[in-house]
Amino acid sequence: NPYAGLVSHLRASWLSGKTRPMEYRVAQLEALGRFLDDKKQQILEATASDLGKPPFEVELSEIFLCKNELHETLNNLSRWMKDEHVDKNLAMQLDSAFIRKDPYGVVLIIAPWNYPIHLCLVPLIGAIAAGNCVIVKPSEVSKKTERLVAEALPSYLDKAGHSPYPPILISLQDCFAVVTGAVQETTRLLENKFDYIFFTGTPTVGRIVMTAAAKHLTPVTLELGGKNPCYVSDICDVTNVARRVAWGRFFNAGQTCIAPDYLLCTIEMREKLIPALRKAIDDFYGPNPRESPDFGRIVSDKQFQRVQRLLGSGHVAIGGQTDEAERYIAPTVMVDVQPSDPIMQEEIFGPILPIMVIANMDEAIDFINSRERPLVLYAFSSNDKVVNQVLERTSSGGFCGNDTLMHMTLTSLPFGGIGNSGLGMHHGKFSFDTFSHHRGCLKRGMGREPLNAPRYPPYSPQKFGLIRATSKVSRKNDCTLL
Amino acid sequence: MERMQQIVGRARAAFRTGRSRPLEFRIQQLKALERMVQEKEKQILAALKADLNKSGPNAYSHEILGVLRELVRAMENLPSWAAPHPVKKDLLTLRDKAYIHYEPLGVVLVIGAWNYPFLLIMQPLIGAITAGNAVVVKPSEVSENTAQLLAELLPQYLDKDLYAVVTGGAPETTELLTQRFDHILYTGSSRVGRIVMAAAAKHLTPVTLELGGKSPCYIDKDCDLTVACRRITWGKYMNCGQTCIAPDYILCHPSIQDKVVENIKATLKEFYGDDVKSSPDYGKIINQRHFKRILGLLEGQKIAHGGESDEASCFIAPTILTDVSPESKVMEEEIFGPVLPIVTVKSVEEAIEFINLREKPLALYVFSNKQQQLITRVIAETSSGGMTANDVLMHSLVPDLPFGGVGQSGMGAYLGRYSFETFSHHRSCLIRDLRWEVVNKVRYPPGSMELMHL
Repeated sequence: NPYAGLVSHLRASWLSGKTRPMEYRVAQLEALGRFLDDKKQQILEATASDLGKPPFEVELSEIFLCKNELHETLNNLSRWMKDEHVDKNLAMQLDSAFIRKDPYGVVLIIAPWNYPIHLCLVPLIGAIAAGNCVIVKPSEVSKKTERLVAEALPSYLDKAGHSPYPPILISLQDCFAVVTGAVQETTRLLENKFDYIFFTGTPTVGRIVMTAAAKHLTPVTLELGGKNPCYVSDICDVTNVARRVAWGRFFNAGQTCIAPDYLLCTIEMREKLIPALRKAIDDFYGPNPRESPDFGRIVSDKQFQRVQRLLGSGHVAIGGQTDEAERYIAPTVMVDVQPSDPIMQEEIFGPILPIMVIANMDEAIDFINSRERPLVLYAFSSNDKVVNQVLERTSSGGFCGNDTLMHMTLTSLPFGGIGNSGLGMHHGKFSFDTFSHHRGCLKRGMGREPLNAPRYPPYSPQKFGLIRATSKVSRKNDCTLL
Repeated sequence: MERMQQIVGRARAAFRTGRSRPLEFRIQQLKALERMVQEKEKQILAALKADLNKSGPNAYSHEILGVLRELVRAMENLPSWAAPHPVKKDLLTLRDKAYIHYEPLGVVLVIGAWNYPFLLIMQPLIGAITAGNAVVVKPSEVSENTAQLLAELLPQYLDKDLYAVVTGGAPETTELLTQRFDHILYTGSSRVGRIVMAAAAKHLTPVTLELGGKSPCYIDKDCDLTVACRRITWGKYMNCGQTCIAPDYILCHPSIQDKVVENIKATLKEFYGDDVKSSPDYGKIINQRHFKRILGLLEGQKIAHGGESDEASCFIAPTILTDVSPESKVMEEEIFGPVLPIVTVKSVEEAIEFINLREKPLALYVFSNKQQQLITRVIAETSSGGMTANDVLMHSLVPDLPFGGVGQSGMGAYLGRYSFETFSHHRSCLIRDLRWEVVNKVRYPPGSMELMHL
């Protein structure tokens, strides 16, 4: 077990209590802020190299959103850390009952390649805020960013130190570590006992992570994926819908877990949407998106080939151009796709938007409900009731009416999946809560022992009556007059 | 296999009709459960007596009362728990509706345990129904009378398709676990907890595992020993020690060990009289297997009190062991019986270290007059599912405290509001307007750095 030493080193640090004081946590979080500021240029360069990420997108999704989480956490940490006192019944009026937020211990965060800084840092912020020691495993697919995180991040956190550990680079400190490597290394890492595992990635690997966690009874949060449906009703402002959908679909060249994956609308709406989408794409990226500095690239050859293959069924209505050398796939809209086509079977994770034609909202809802529950569901309509109907009659991790992606920008909303799209949630206080154990605590006094008399044997109906009287939860008045 | 598939399939189909969602329906089901508990009280008590020799008032206050409390809490609070919860918005979303929408998960599986066989099925069932789910319950086959009774009664009072009871042992449970559920709540051992979570992993099913461990009880030199020992005796020997949050073992300074023993002995006499075996208030070990297991833990130990047993009636007397070695068998596994080992430690530091070297327990107890320093310190430097200072078990009765373990003692929590949240999906919702597109302009390409700084 090549990582046993590392994990036990962190566990020893954890047991020393070093990560628990608020001052320590605040110092680490502030250091993360400095990392984002100091290394901005390197982040821009690394993500541009890995994903062709436009600087604007990096600023927004990798830096700005992380900083929001950071500030939200720093602003509220002392309040979140406080014991939460709860109501007591009659028998316990003089006692102190509260929920203590205990760190778990040693946390493992496994990050994906599509938002390699954001999806490393946002969970890390939560884990540190909750007082844990953390091992971060960035994705090997976004190579340059992986290197940046492994080399630069540790020096901001805790004590820096390097321990060459062939064949994988490990940056060793007391309370934080970055582990690099691919599938094999991750598998070996998962053999160890962690106190919490936070994984972002595919459902397939999510199962593997949870199975490994089960061996140690380690709780997990899994942020997975799926096909996020986007229903567009006949009553809507087509121009605005097209812009909002195009923005969400083509951001990061479609490699976003909450991107609208496919569109559902009537044939009449489709005929209006296609020119509107064409115009939106032209407004955003110009007549040749390949030359736009604002459009990204596919992360790897393997992913490029996978996405390119999805173009094989149906018809291209907009775009469709590809360039293997650049891993470029044009912003594309497809029509005439069948539910059984590969493009409708797997999460696209690329800049292709298939449009499925349905007769009406009921058919759209049936279609959505016959498939795995997605990470997010979108519904567009100028009619509130339609949006509400779709919400009420479906199930998904999150929901956004009349826009895409935006629900994840509010730190006050929990971000997580359901069913195949994941379990658990994070962002803002939900991150802090995810990485803390909520310990129910009751502090009693040694006096007033006669009050306890009714509970002791020998049992009797009289004693029982007293217990009921002092600890009963009664129905409030069923008065319906007002 | 087919039978399990059918049962779960039926529950899922019933869930899909949407009829378990309206609050009125859920309350109707909860009211039916309340009627069931009231009307069938005699049968429930009889089953508990047959399974665990629990006496009337004992069984009522430890199982039935808890169920009734949970029902009332659920019915009272459901409207407020289920209401969409608006969240704080920012400048960009000021005009929008942003809220958390609580929704049922789908089909929930509840696997019960044998030590509080009625309570540990009913409380999770109530939570799952309150959150709008369909539920399959699998009571423990070890407490067979209660399992049988639940299988008979629940279909008489609840919607038969939405709520199903499956009886059986390990083979049936294994089969059941191959089916896909939307949440599984399991109460039992850590060993089986692993199996449940591994099965759940195949379907990416979230789990709540209420497991066990050795709940330590530290008695400080500076405390009212009479009171402390009475409270500990109560919690330890209730249900013959077969309580997941019972104080498992005592840690104390060697100089007070004898006094602790004396006090517990005196309290035992107070509770159960001179002849424990004939006390109507003292339970029995659930079965032969556990009887033998617990007796085995006494081997080579210094028995300061008790040790008597009778195999035919699965009786083991309240027993105290002194000067127990940390390496002995009785200190390795959760005792789950009326045997109380005392391990001596020289200081609270040593106690804390002792506790932290071991798996995180479900509960932790500390007795001291020094509330501010010692108790505060023990809480701060240890971890456990829950804890009570200067008493035992009681934290599980505070309505708004989450009940659950950590590490090997479990994951997740339930009871009261926590049940509702555990069995619901917290769906984040942002509803925007299709107009006001001008506000969105800043985010669209072509991207401009100046626009970023807004």
